[in-house]
Amino acid sequence: MNNLSESGKSGMNLKETELTLGLPGEPRVGKACMKRVFSETVDLELGNSGKKDSSGSGSSMKKESATSRGKLVGWPPVRAHRKNIMTVKSGKYVKVGVDGAPYLRKVDLELYNSYEQFLSIRTVLDEKKLMDPVNGVEYVPTYEDKDGDWMLVGDVPWKMFAESCKRVRLMTRSEAIGLAPRPETKCSSSSS
Amino acid sequence: MAYSFPEEVLEYVLSFIKTDKDRNAVSLVCKSWYEIERWCRRRVFIGNCYAVNPRIMIRRFPEIRSVEIKGKPHFADFNLVPEGWGGYFHPWVVAMARAYPMLEEIRLKRMVVSDDCLEMIAKSFKNFRVLVMSSCEGFSTDGLACIAANCRNLRELDLRESEVEDLSGHWLSHFPDTCTSLESLNIACLGSEVCFSALERLVSRCPNLRKLQLNRTVPLEKLPNLLIRAPELVEFGTGAYSAELRPELLSNLVNAFAGCKKLKALSGFWDVVPAYIPAIYPVCCGLTSLNLSYANIQSPDIIKLVSQCQNLQRLWVLDYIEDSGLDVLATCCKKLEELRVFPSDPYDVEPNVSLTEQGLVSVSEGCPKLQSVLYFCRRMSNAALFTIAKNSPNLIRFRLCIIEARAPDYLTYEPLDAGFGAIVENCRELRRLSLSGFLTDRVFEYIGKHAKKLEMLSIAFAGQGDLGLHHVLSGCDSLRKLEIRDCPFGDKALLANAAKLETMRSLWMSSCPVSYGACKLLGQKLRRVNVEVIDERGTPESRPDSCHIEKLYIYRTLSGPRVDTPDFIWTMDEEGNTPQ
Repeated sequence: MNNLSESGKSGMNLKETELTLGLPGEPRVGKACMKRVFSETVDLELGNSGKKDSSGSGSSMKKESATSRGKLVGWPPVRAHRKNIMTVKSGKYVKVGVDGAPYLRKVDLELYNSYEQFLSIRTVLDEKKLMDPVNGVEYVPTYEDKDGDWMLVGDVPWKMFAESCKRVRLMTRSEAIGLAPRPETKCSSSSS
Repeated sequence: MAYSFPEEVLEYVLSFIKTDKDRNAVSLVCKSWYEIERWCRRRVFIGNCYAVNPRIMIRRFPEIRSVEIKGKPHFADFNLVPEGWGGYFHPWVVAMARAYPMLEEIRLKRMVVSDDCLEMIAKSFKNFRVLVMSSCEGFSTDGLACIAANCRNLRELDLRESEVEDLSGHWLSHFPDTCTSLESLNIACLGSEVCFSALERLVSRCPNLRKLQLNRTVPLEKLPNLLIRAPELVEFGTGAYSAELRPELLSNLVNAFAGCKKLKALSGFWDVVPAYIPAIYPVCCGLTSLNLSYANIQSPDIIKLVSQCQNLQRLWVLDYIEDSGLDVLATCCKKLEELRVFPSDPYDVEPNVSLTEQGLVSVSEGCPKLQSVLYFCRRMSNAALFTIAKNSPNLIRFRLCIIEARAPDYLTYEPLDAGFGAIVENCRELRRLSLSGFLTDRVFEYIGKHAKKLEMLSIAFAGQGDLGLHHVLSGCDSLRKLEIRDCPFGDKALLANAAKLETMRSLWMSSCPVSYGACKLLGQKLRRVNVEVIDERGTPESRPDSCHIEKLYIYRTLSGPRVDTPDFIWTMDEEGNTPQ
């Protein structure tokens, strides 16, 4: 049972409410996941939500969540016939996030055949322009590949990218500076 | 001096009195009125199938034409009630086959219905007209074939979200050519493909068909064929709403929808191809109900659609609508009464759409008739709840699900006690409430104090101790159904408020620290109430009395302990023993 005895008179317990990567309702054990070297460059405080976007071992955390998901039976309270509707029939879905936006979209990479097509949808998704004239911020598309490395989008041929990409993040240029240097590639395609 | 007028006159007067509440009042006037009333009551509603039994029902009401029965507790929808729990329709249909040969209507919810039951319905009731099975299970398409083949005057067959063993779609072909009486057909929950030509012929020969809800396998291309044959449709549910882009299909659809001048409600919309959404634009201005809760369309498409539905009263939609879409809803749909927003990706901790508390706030601001809300979101604040409470004082149902259990006010990190407190204080007509988020006992104090008309309360991962439960049980005067999971409520509040349980339909508690000993005590104390311990670990007698039970279901009843319990349910008897 959730131990609220530490909540104190005011009912406020910041530790209790600190957002972690645990499952909904699980006892809070703090940030347990391991972080990688590059996580500083991609670790973001996203607006008001205060959520930490922990990448790096994000993928292994997700797997853990998926298998231990069943711990919390019947929560959230969604009926079975609604759950089934959303099963993705096909496609390679990756999460696309934007700096400063508190949500992520799932995009099916199989719908696109080139970087041009893929990158052109970004602005529709999240109303963020590549170049924001107001504050001169430039967004750089980056992605996490199969090996967990964060790379700049456009370094490898589209197909190779689509196969190895796990998630995409539009970073501000300043954030992207700390990224690993580009690996050697047989042929490089333009990134836009 | 007592004057009385002939029975026939009273019967005639009573024929205008429809509601159970009024009929019950009539029956209490005097013995002769009780007698007259019970002979002319035609409809009975049984909210808990174990609260009475068929014999009692038949003994009191010998001439029933319409029966509505509910079985499993609501939390069965979320897999909290173990398989094999009960709720069998069989004993009812057996008894009614003998006693009510003139039975016309059966409506069931969360009951187990076998093919045998369906066969019995088909063969026993000559005038059978209406079969509605909502969230039922236990039958197959063979049973449906039997109904189709034998019910000569069938008007309604509605399978609403039931779990059907789908052997094939062939059952639909069992409707004889002579069947022309169908007014309502809902097969949306079925997976198999039905024979389309049989469906088309059926629709063609039923001139009174008002409601038709297809299943996912009926392709979009076939819709025009059906719609032109059913111009009287008031409610229509599509199948999969996708096809390759073909201009002639689009124009056929447009014409077909336009031909249904009486269309008020649309649903279905699986696998939507956005290019085909404009086909329904001609009917949008007449729509009062739109169910897009299976539609994987994004906010811009939803906005284009919803902004044309100025007469919308009910919208069910996925959170793809986002705050921006809800803003438009608030601006365009001033007659909105009911909003349900379902999560597209409920198990992901991270949000996948930009839907927040703000969307609900906008709707509460823009839609003065808002009465009924079901809202899944990932964050909430007390401030937002204050605003919603202020904007929507006429709320009747408010069900909020913040996806992360125990999530606090995201702005202040405080519990959401004050926010929900504002809801119950301002919304004086509130009848149903579901709580979520981080909540202390304080919220229950507010609820006990203000929620005087509350009939159903759902609580999960909330509260600090028995005091919370005590506030609810002692304060909520109208409480009929209480369902609780994973809360630190134990024995004290239950034992102190045992008498309250006799005034309620039912109480469900699971994963709460209620001891076996307390259950035994309740069983002793309470008369005409069943105290059922559900425990799949084996008999609770094998553990100390202080051991917590897994699940508890307490309900009032006239028919004594159940005789059909599975081996994981123990009924506490009046001697403080466990009879099993």
